[in-house]
Amino acid sequence: MSLYQRRKFVNYFNLTASILTTLFGLFFLAWIMWVLIVKGAQYIDLSVFTQITPAPGSEGGLINAIVGSLLLTVFGIVIGTPIGVMAGTFLAEYGKGYVFAPAVRFINDVLLSAPSIVIGVFVYEIMVMPMGHYSGWAGAVALAIIVIPVVVRTTENMLLLVPTQMREAAAALGAPQWKVIVLVVYKAALAGMVTGVILAMARIAGETAPLLFTALNNQFWTTNMNEPMANLPVVIFQFAMSPYEDWQHLAWAGALLITLFVLIMNISARSLLRGHK
Amino acid sequence: MTTMTTGEQDAAKSVTFNMSAAVSNTAQRETIESKTDGIRHVLNVKMAIRNLNFFYGKFQGLHSINMGIPANQVTAFIGPSGCGKSTLLRTFNRMYDLYPGQHAEGEIVMDGQNILSKGIDLNMLRAQIGMVFQKPTPFPMSIYDNIAFGVKLYENFGKAEMDERVEWSLRKAALWDEVKDKLKQSGMALSGGQQQRLCIARTIAVRPKVILFDEPTSALDPISTLKIEELIHELKGEFTIAIVTHNMQQAARVSDYTAFMYLGKLVEYDHTDVIFTHPDRKETEDYITGRFG
Repeated sequence: MSLYQRRKFVNYFNLTASILTTLFGLFFLAWIMWVLIVKGAQYIDLSVFTQITPAPGSEGGLINAIVGSLLLTVFGIVIGTPIGVMAGTFLAEYGKGYVFAPAVRFINDVLLSAPSIVIGVFVYEIMVMPMGHYSGWAGAVALAIIVIPVVVRTTENMLLLVPTQMREAAAALGAPQWKVIVLVVYKAALAGMVTGVILAMARIAGETAPLLFTALNNQFWTTNMNEPMANLPVVIFQFAMSPYEDWQHLAWAGALLITLFVLIMNISARSLLRGHK
Repeated sequence: MTTMTTGEQDAAKSVTFNMSAAVSNTAQRETIESKTDGIRHVLNVKMAIRNLNFFYGKFQGLHSINMGIPANQVTAFIGPSGCGKSTLLRTFNRMYDLYPGQHAEGEIVMDGQNILSKGIDLNMLRAQIGMVFQKPTPFPMSIYDNIAFGVKLYENFGKAEMDERVEWSLRKAALWDEVKDKLKQSGMALSGGQQQRLCIARTIAVRPKVILFDEPTSALDPISTLKIEELIHELKGEFTIAIVTHNMQQAARVSDYTAFMYLGKLVEYDHTDVIFTHPDRKETEDYITGRFG
């Protein structure tokens, strides 16, 4: 075999192998989507969006869990994002001068892979115990703690992708460092930073363990963050494990909804960013 | 390295600083004097660099540089890669201050003030000494905002005034006709040459006294290069210009004075035509004629 033929063969082999592994990965994703649609779609009707979670054997929907999940997710993001963005900015823009910046980065990486149940137990200890009851706020804080390391990491990485020359060019016009960062570097890194926040949102939208110990669940309608709060992941967890068929059906519906929520959020954010550019 | 005649010392006193301070050789001096004399009285030094040493951590990047940057002239810095010409340029607006571990010693006096001294307000300094970089670096915003960005830092302009300033600087940078109908479009969408002229417009817009060009055309095509060179030529009427270039023809085309640097030292500094026709030092001649570098 000539060298050229050999190279051609190796190229062919590698290309085929990578296409196959890609398909293998995508196959499971598609399978999950397919099962969810087949099992869940039939149970999604108007009552899911209009009625609260029922007692076994009676009519009901998921509206309290849907609204609860939205509230918990939004507050988790609202609390976690500013902290994450600022810490990420510190690491990327100011970190060089500080000895403890590498330590912060390391701890953040540990936090990034911390089991979410640990975070749930932690917030149980610092919020639920002193307050004496489960609450939406405790849930939002637990989710925020999951958001922070994700946003720190993506913010830092995205800021580091902005070319140094851009900072120098802004500084060369006489802009103080904070203006360089806020007015120029953030603008250049915006797409990536928003993607990071969306990734964090997608991650916490489906988190169950931290909510079990904090927001718990609520079979009634509430938008009071001081009360225990219904949310899709915990409802899915409880209903899917239950022996009641109508509960299991609602669990499938909830699982499909949450997956669609994450999917739609990703797609709309991406198209939004494309329009922005 | 400075041996001056009495006449020169007098001149050096009467003017803040003068060209010949950088000239080392007696034989050379006469030719320069005959050329310099005519302009000495109008030649006024914008920046006087005295005994400047620069360090990247422990490594010394510049060794006792002494020279004057004449006002409203174009001064070019040439030399092989790593000779310290960009380093020198970046001391003029203290760009190196962005990086911990880099520091300069000595004096760079502009308008009676040593810009290397500790108390200096770096942002004010950089507003007075603009810089154009090797790679065009438009900000991720509209053409208009790219220019307004720097102006807003130090001026409290209304819309009409800002419009006027934007147009003025774009005209100065010979870009107005190409962009006047799309000021709201992103600056990133322009071609490379246009982007670089936008960067020049942005720099001019804050009305600096000095403009530093750090290899401004090395990423551009020949036609864009030509436009930028013409621009530099026109700008010297209003601004003092220092340019670092890898391209010797460019130095010959655009500059009035040329400094040749090698291994962190200023080897020779003179009128551009002297440097290119009969340089004093062997190293300069070797570099100019392409024997090394």
